[in-house]
Amino acid sequence: MSTTYFTADHEFLKVEGDIAVVGITDYAQEQLGDIVFVELPSTGKAIEKGATLATVESVKAASEVYAPVSGEVVEVNAALEEAPGTVNADPQGAGWFVKLRLTNKEELASLLDACAYDAHLKTL
Amino acid sequence: MLDHVHEAQRPLAGGRALDLEEPLLFEIGRTEVSGVDLDEPAPHASQLGGLERKMPIGLPGLSEPETMRHFVRLSRLNYSIDAGLYPLGSCTMKHNPRLNEKMARLSGFADIHPLQPQSTVQGALELMRQLADWLLKLTNMEAIALSPKAGAHGESCGLMAIKAAIAAKGEGETRRTVLVPQSAHGTNPASAALLGFTAQPVPAGPDGILHFEDVEKLIGPHVAAIMLTNPNTCGLFERDAGRIAEAVHAAGGYFYCDGANFNALAGLTRPGDFGVDAMHLNLHKTFSTPHGGGGPGAGPVVLSRRLAPFAPAPALVQDGANLRLVEDGQGFGRMTAFHGQMGMFVRALAYMLAHGGDGLRQASSDAVLSANYLRAALSDLMTQPFGDRACMHEALFDEEWLSGTGVSTLDFAKALIDEGYHPMTIYFPLVAHGAMLIEPTESQPKAALDAFVATLRRLGARALAKEAAAFREAPLHAPRRRLDETQAARKPVLRWTHKAG
Amino acid sequence: MRYHPLTSADREAMLAAIGFASFEDLFTEATGTPPLTGDLGLPPGKSEVEVERHLLRLAENNLSASRAPFFLGAGAYRHHIPASVDHLIQRSEFLTSYTPYQPEISQGTLQHLFEFQTQVALLTGMEIANASMYDGSTACAEAMLMAHRLTKRRKALLSGGLHPHYAKVAGTVARMAGDEIMLAPPDVTASEDLIGKIDDSLSCVIVQTPDFFGNLRDLSGIAEACRRHGALLVAVFTEAVSLGLVTPPGEMGADIVVGEGQSIGNALNFGGPYVGLFATREKYMRQMPGRLCGETQDLDGRRGFVLTLATREQHIRRDKATSNICTNSGLCALAFSIHLTLLGEVGLRKLARVNHANAVLLKERLAELDGVEILNKAFFNEFTLRLKGDAARIVEALARRGVLAGVPVSRLLPGAGLDDLLLVAITELNTDDDRTALVTGLKEII
Repeated sequence: MSTTYFTADHEFLKVEGDIAVVGITDYAQEQLGDIVFVELPSTGKAIEKGATLATVESVKAASEVYAPVSGEVVEVNAALEEAPGTVNADPQGAGWFVKLRLTNKEELASLLDACAYDAHLKTL
Repeated sequence: MLDHVHEAQRPLAGGRALDLEEPLLFEIGRTEVSGVDLDEPAPHASQLGGLERKMPIGLPGLSEPETMRHFVRLSRLNYSIDAGLYPLGSCTMKHNPRLNEKMARLSGFADIHPLQPQSTVQGALELMRQLADWLLKLTNMEAIALSPKAGAHGESCGLMAIKAAIAAKGEGETRRTVLVPQSAHGTNPASAALLGFTAQPVPAGPDGILHFEDVEKLIGPHVAAIMLTNPNTCGLFERDAGRIAEAVHAAGGYFYCDGANFNALAGLTRPGDFGVDAMHLNLHKTFSTPHGGGGPGAGPVVLSRRLAPFAPAPALVQDGANLRLVEDGQGFGRMTAFHGQMGMFVRALAYMLAHGGDGLRQASSDAVLSANYLRAALSDLMTQPFGDRACMHEALFDEEWLSGTGVSTLDFAKALIDEGYHPMTIYFPLVAHGAMLIEPTESQPKAALDAFVATLRRLGARALAKEAAAFREAPLHAPRRRLDETQAARKPVLRWTHKAG
Repeated sequence: MRYHPLTSADREAMLAAIGFASFEDLFTEATGTPPLTGDLGLPPGKSEVEVERHLLRLAENNLSASRAPFFLGAGAYRHHIPASVDHLIQRSEFLTSYTPYQPEISQGTLQHLFEFQTQVALLTGMEIANASMYDGSTACAEAMLMAHRLTKRRKALLSGGLHPHYAKVAGTVARMAGDEIMLAPPDVTASEDLIGKIDDSLSCVIVQTPDFFGNLRDLSGIAEACRRHGALLVAVFTEAVSLGLVTPPGEMGADIVVGEGQSIGNALNFGGPYVGLFATREKYMRQMPGRLCGETQDLDGRRGFVLTLATREQHIRRDKATSNICTNSGLCALAFSIHLTLLGEVGLRKLARVNHANAVLLKERLAELDGVEILNKAFFNEFTLRLKGDAARIVEALARRGVLAGVPVSRLLPGAGLDDLLLVAITELNTDDDRTALVTGLKEII
């Protein structure tokens, strides 16, 4: 049974147990345009909430993706190296970036749920 | 080594009248062909220590007529200043005088080695001294570092001098912040970060320029320097620059000025008068040395008295009747091998000699006048992010006027290509949405400015009439249609590779 | 003024259209202060004739390589440049065009850069190359920074055979960034033990071949040691023509190759503008500094070229950029490319053999002199002489006789106890008379 959370910076986390699948939302991929490269962290890395988790590059821009929660990187989506366009095609599915093992579940409380995120989008 | 390229792999051949396709060198050249005749080497016992190349290189050659044809045909695929108005904001695409090319090629300048005994190159050193003198008088500064190879290199130089000055005061640990306006060119925060500083953004007011009260709040003993561009990247003069400089100096910091836009100021105002400590000059912008498809440039840095002791090697000093380069123990060290871009010094000095003080003043005046003329002629059609008011040498528009038309700044620029122009600078500065930055320079006849305005107005009308589909197809008449930059970044192919079979 | 098309009538009409009575009013409105109108302390403008006269006088006060037997190297070399090269780079479309940011009307520049990148990769034996950097010394410093990024270590080991200016430039960059440099002492005879100094703290080892003193070095041993310790081998060259005859660094295991391309297509120009060459392995592509040109297609499916991977660069990554560098050395890279096209493989190999042959011939003649000792065993077209006397003074004396005899090592390494060493370079342009002049001159002075 999984729960999906969002951030105001357009990241999503799909949490099941103490593993979170992290990536960017459909709104973000559309804003960025064609994604050409995703720079992912190494597995085993410990990340603090708010630190840079990944970098997404389109032709004309590079954006930092910040860790919405603290955790340890247990898996990265290696398929993105050959096919970065997957992030555009299926951002919250096959276009996931990183799987984190959560170290502080209390941090989830400050994230947005789907409703709150939709409301946020309407203000942009 | 190179086989004949298979018929099916040949690029689309031929052309249409004078529009000519040209294959890659690697598709037409052969390793056994040369366009240079050399005498056979005299018989000798090789002393290469067993390190002679064993594998072939794979470099094709062409005879002289083939080489001429290859590169002439390539050249015809380029737009150029000589061919027409090139209104790239912040690049100063002025006329490149051919006298400069002739002078740079004089044997006495081109055929001298940087490490010849200094007694044998006094003419070259004198040229450098004269160039320095002109630049110091134009800027009212005390000292100059001639060696930086381009603008960004000059920025590094200025910031390094500032860092060295701060260290000399023992404040290297406490002064770690550099204030940088949000409108700054990317090289500014990049240069600061490379030297270990933290770049702190400074917001401009709604009128597009910095306000003393807002900047004053950010100044303190933790600030190493403020980096300003004046006029700024929006083409607007930073009126509070002088007051800001005083505040920064009072707090023990330094004022770096990005001199990319000096074409608006030369002869009309002097950076030294508004408190600048270091400023790079782009000889390939303000002083007409050619852009060459992307380089080479030259970025000498003028310095205030406070920073003069920290200038890098080499320094040019008067030694009795002679000039001498001091190459060691100088300032913060060395930034490049040898002495700087001598070839560009000759060109820039030829330009300055031809203009004289009054001529340089006239050039800047005409540049500012021409930009305002365009601004006024377009102000009823195209929106300006900071309101319609007097600008300096470039006019900034945004995409507000295109909203609802389906035509983006990019589409508009590509359509301009079909009209026979190189587009203006687009999407810079980032503080404007869909920026269009137009810099005509002083090199345009009035008729050319009027023709450009007429074209922009015609295109503008079509955009407002919602012909978006046509704009998205542009350009149609250039040697290439729009190119797939996404593919180029996802699957980079950075060289030709021989395919076997 | 001949470069300003606007007439007084034009200016008046334009001011009227903008709504200002005078330029002074316009300027004051734009800046808040009136423009300077007084004397700037600068002379009035000159006609073409006067400019030529002024600059010719300065040019004539230099002893140029064409007027004297010439043997200087030390990082800049005098070679013959075919007439076509200089003619082609002065074509309007190459000379007066800008960086190819609008690729549809810049395919001339982009295609020649693609060819240049390929030529540099082939020449150095590496997989990819960039569209050039300012010069060899800054390319070398950039290679060091790239190695830091890739290995996440901040310490570099520099060979004692590295050009002193290159070492100083790397030193300045390191010092300003708070990084560490280990510089080996000057290694005149290529006998230093670098391998013994390589450990896990290093991001890279920087070695030059042919080195500053003219020695050819086999880098394979150092490459292997680097690999064992997770460091990168940065190979440097300052004489590009050597690559026509000598094993390229790519075949000796280098990870990054940088060098000076001036020898091909570009005149001495008293030190600039030159052209930095930068090549590396394909897997390091995204950490490579400088401009990159890539192949792609347009909407009609036709092959074309664009600048690519711009997100490494300063205008996008700003403070996280791989470098702050904006320009490449465009026209100098074009000259390099045209010259190399004219030479072709067969021409470059022959040119390199002629250079080496001339060096061997000179070495044999110098070996017969008393007070002159040649210190190199393996070299390309440059070697180091130990003289009986101060090399700088001997060079001055020879210059007074109209012979440009070489570069005294003390010019670049003052106070290193190497004042009796002279660097002598020879190219295809040196004649028998030149060699005689040098040999006779040295004989008389020493």
